[in-house]
Amino acid sequence: MDRIPILRMGEFLLVTIQVDMHDQLALTLQDDLSTKINEISAKGVLIDISALDIVDSFIGRMISMISGLSRILDAETVVVGMQPAVAITLVELGLTLSGVSTALDVERGMKLLRERVRSL
Amino acid sequence: MTTRSGTHAIRSEQDVVLSRQAVRKLAIECGLRLVDQTKLVTAVSELARNTVIYGGGGDMDWELVEDGGRKGVRLVFRDEGPGIPDIKQAMTDGWTSGNGLGLGLTGAKRLVDQFDIQSAPGEGTRVTITKWN
Ligand SMILES: Nc1ncnc2c1ncn2[C@@H]1O[C@H](COP(=O)(O)OP(=O)(O)OP(=O)(O)O)[C@@H](O)[C@H]1O
Ligand SMILES: [Mg+2]
Repeated sequence: MDRIPILRMGEFLLVTIQVDMHDQLALTLQDDLSTKINEISAKGVLIDISALDIVDSFIGRMISMISGLSRILDAETVVVGMQPAVAITLVELGLTLSGVSTALDVERGMKLLRERVRSL
Repeated sequence: MTTRSGTHAIRSEQDVVLSRQAVRKLAIECGLRLVDQTKLVTAVSELARNTVIYGGGGDMDWELVEDGGRKGVRLVFRDEGPGIPDIKQAMTDGWTSGNGLGLGLTGAKRLVDQFDIQSAPGEGTRVTITKWN
């Protein structure tokens, strides 16, 4: 697998990260995502990481970059489905995903995005 | 006391992924609970990536260790790359010579029970970590 699929859900995009990421895959995702956001003028991006059993500084940096990129393109990012053990580990690693919202699951993430977009 | 040991090559990004999977198995084998497995595997990801990016590739030695009733996993990441001129600086949160977050070494240290780093310019780098159950 050399690409992570990006699904369109109305005015939002859903990225489900399921594989063990490596650098090249993460960089490709970043490119694909910015293209898609522009194409459909997406208002929000959901990154589903429920299948990831670790988040290291590399993935953390990628999430921050996606959210920064989304902001510039006028879209919001919500990270959904972070496993509790991953969340605990992130704190100790010292990674603060500043400016990135999180939600328990995709449904709640969608709700959060809708509220955000409406309040603009 | 060492009960079992081995070595994995860490030359590429794909090897980083494989080393994570291998250590996950070892962590489960010696009874680490999920949070501790996650911490150890995250530390492995950081150190293995450093080995590839800065060390130009190297190896990870693994060992299942026992001390009294305790079981643990000990790992050595070693390379023959350029080495680290100033270890104190490299061990500072947020310091990076590349375009990272500068969290790998300090973060990995916080995530394990024992951490040791040896490095000198021209002599490569050797990081040893242990996580006990
Ligand atoms: N194996 C190594 N060989 C040579 N230099 C290294 C090695 N490992 C780390 N370093 C040096 O130590 C610095 C700090 O490493 P650390 O992993 O903490 O941060 P980083 O890799 O720069 O960023 P991050 O890991 O947060 O993405 C690196 O920028 C690099 O200069
Ligand atoms: Mg690093």
